[in-house]
Amino acid sequence: MSMFEAILLTVITASTPLVIAAIGELVTERSGVLNLGVEGMMIMGAVAAFAGAQMSGSPYIGIVSGIAGGAIFSLLFAFLTLTLVANQVATGLALTLLGLGASGMIGESYVSIPGIRLGNIPIPLLSDIPVIGPVLFRQDLIFYLSIALVIGVNWFLFRSRAGLKLRAIGDSHGSAHALGIKVIRTRYLAVMFGGACAGLAGAQLSLVYTPQWVENMSAGRGWITLALVVFASWRPWRVFAGGYLFGAVTILQLHAQALGLGIPSQFLSMLPYAATIVVLVIISHNRRTTLMNTPASLGKAFVPER
Amino acid sequence: MHIELEKRAAMSPAFSILSPLLALALTLVFGAIMFAMLGKDPVAAMSAIFVEPLLETWSLHELAIKAAPLILMGVGLAVCYRSNNWNIGAEGQFTIGAITGSYLPIVFYDWHSPLVLPLMLLLGALGGALFAAIPAMLKAHFNTNEILTSLMLVYIAQLFLDWLIRGAWRDPKGFNFPVSRDFAPEAVLPAIWEESGRAHWAFIFAIVAAGLTWFMMRYTLKGFEITVLGQSERAGRFAGFSSKKMIWFGFLFSGALAGLAGICEVSGSINHLQPAISPGYGFTAIIVAFLGRLNPLGIVASGLVLGLTYLGGEAAQLSIGVSDKVTRVFQGLLLFFVLSCDTLIYYKIRITWTRMRGGVA
Repeated sequence: MSMFEAILLTVITASTPLVIAAIGELVTERSGVLNLGVEGMMIMGAVAAFAGAQMSGSPYIGIVSGIAGGAIFSLLFAFLTLTLVANQVATGLALTLLGLGASGMIGESYVSIPGIRLGNIPIPLLSDIPVIGPVLFRQDLIFYLSIALVIGVNWFLFRSRAGLKLRAIGDSHGSAHALGIKVIRTRYLAVMFGGACAGLAGAQLSLVYTPQWVENMSAGRGWITLALVVFASWRPWRVFAGGYLFGAVTILQLHAQALGLGIPSQFLSMLPYAATIVVLVIISHNRRTTLMNTPASLGKAFVPER
Repeated sequence: MHIELEKRAAMSPAFSILSPLLALALTLVFGAIMFAMLGKDPVAAMSAIFVEPLLETWSLHELAIKAAPLILMGVGLAVCYRSNNWNIGAEGQFTIGAITGSYLPIVFYDWHSPLVLPLMLLLGALGGALFAAIPAMLKAHFNTNEILTSLMLVYIAQLFLDWLIRGAWRDPKGFNFPVSRDFAPEAVLPAIWEESGRAHWAFIFAIVAAGLTWFMMRYTLKGFEITVLGQSERAGRFAGFSSKKMIWFGFLFSGALAGLAGICEVSGSINHLQPAISPGYGFTAIIVAFLGRLNPLGIVASGLVLGLTYLGGEAAQLSIGVSDKVTRVFQGLLLFFVLSCDTLIYYKIRITWTRMRGGVA
């Protein structure tokens, strides 16, 4: 395997969790709910996946338990913001704080236990193509899922009736409600989808990226995810591209650290965070396009009139 | 089961006071259940966390030390949140404040003067404010989401501190440990009442800051401006208030207090710089602000409560052998309950078991 292929592979591994979590958050935000708890759901997914894999011995059970962990955890957020109409920003923060604390407590007995790595599934024939084959078609299940999610969500949002309803709710929950669309129910499902995706992203961290449990192992990825959704102006393929852009930045700074360019490693480690800020500034400085792309009901509470 | 909300005609004054207390009670009940599930005696655990630290003088001092940064930052954040600006990077501003404030005692170690300490505090507040100016500037001029930028800057601040401590500011006599040299006595924030214990002036600053901020919010035009712009930007514009200026004010105010908290913590409690200077005070301060219902006086009380969770968590780790992670779980739970109980202030809640009206999901 060439150096080039090796770098591509690490870029993919670093980008996959970002793409998955961002695609989930995109659906949540398209329904008009701003869930800032991605970091918390992701870390809960990571610890649930690790625990599931340890207990069953199978990383696939780990994946399922990661998804379930994220989705169940997101229900807390849904109940508070949708049923009790609590402030979405504050509740999202609460979800992150609770997730970081609870995962630390759950995972305490898993620290420094060797993890179970999710194996690769080569796709027959395709995996024999030079360069592309080993990079794209000899991957693990979560990578394939990430691609399927981008395609599936894109289809769902822009080609299906349910997706149209979801976008209608996100743009004007009052009108959608008047048309008889079930606003709260749809939003519950959208939040849980976001939670499930964040959980899957977490599972990727503790089963593929670094197959072990480390406290706070999400390391701000959940927050970067939120930035990605804004960056992508709520479009699935742009989320995909953005995820890979950030994954590449993460990997490049690691390689730069290894090369020892004379730049202190701390400054290189700042790069993904600094890049997030720069990208956000570039994307949002044009007020009009931002307004046009943002789901109009995003972050606003909805109490049905009766 | 079916939960319906009905908007109250006006805020319920009873629930404004009751809701934080109710949240606290629910957290205690849930905490007890959690300990029972972990196989610990819930009564012993709760008393180790929430009662025993209050029974001894030394631990009351520790409580004041832990509550001080929480109150300082919580008060600043409350003003910022009231104005509808979401600074969640207080942890980063705290870190930068600690760094800029430590400039004098580390770089000019041999300058002994009574001026050192006041200058340090000033530099700390200035550093925190300048660091908070970054998300403020980006929001005011480029319309950039301040939640994300202020949070990203936390990571950047921590890495910057790490670089300083492992590089230029490392103690040459420190056996290569990543710590700065200890501050000279003139650079150490003195204890309030030395014969009694080690609580230092940061707690006084916190109380004064809370009192002054309460006065500002209640009796000055600035306070009115903050409230109006926070509730309705449009209404604020008609009153001639500038929401851009308010962004700056909210961030600089909360950043300065966070920076002050940072240098107070380093100067009063740690006495040198090291890579980890805060057990997440900046994030806990967000909980403090909400539990105090964004009211400076309420924040004094909530700062003490959350300070107690830190202290009690440490104590419980020693006495009943539960992980110190319970602190963060408690804090997270508390914020959840606070937010859910706040619903009671604005809404009446009706739980129906059968769907009589139907059609509402």
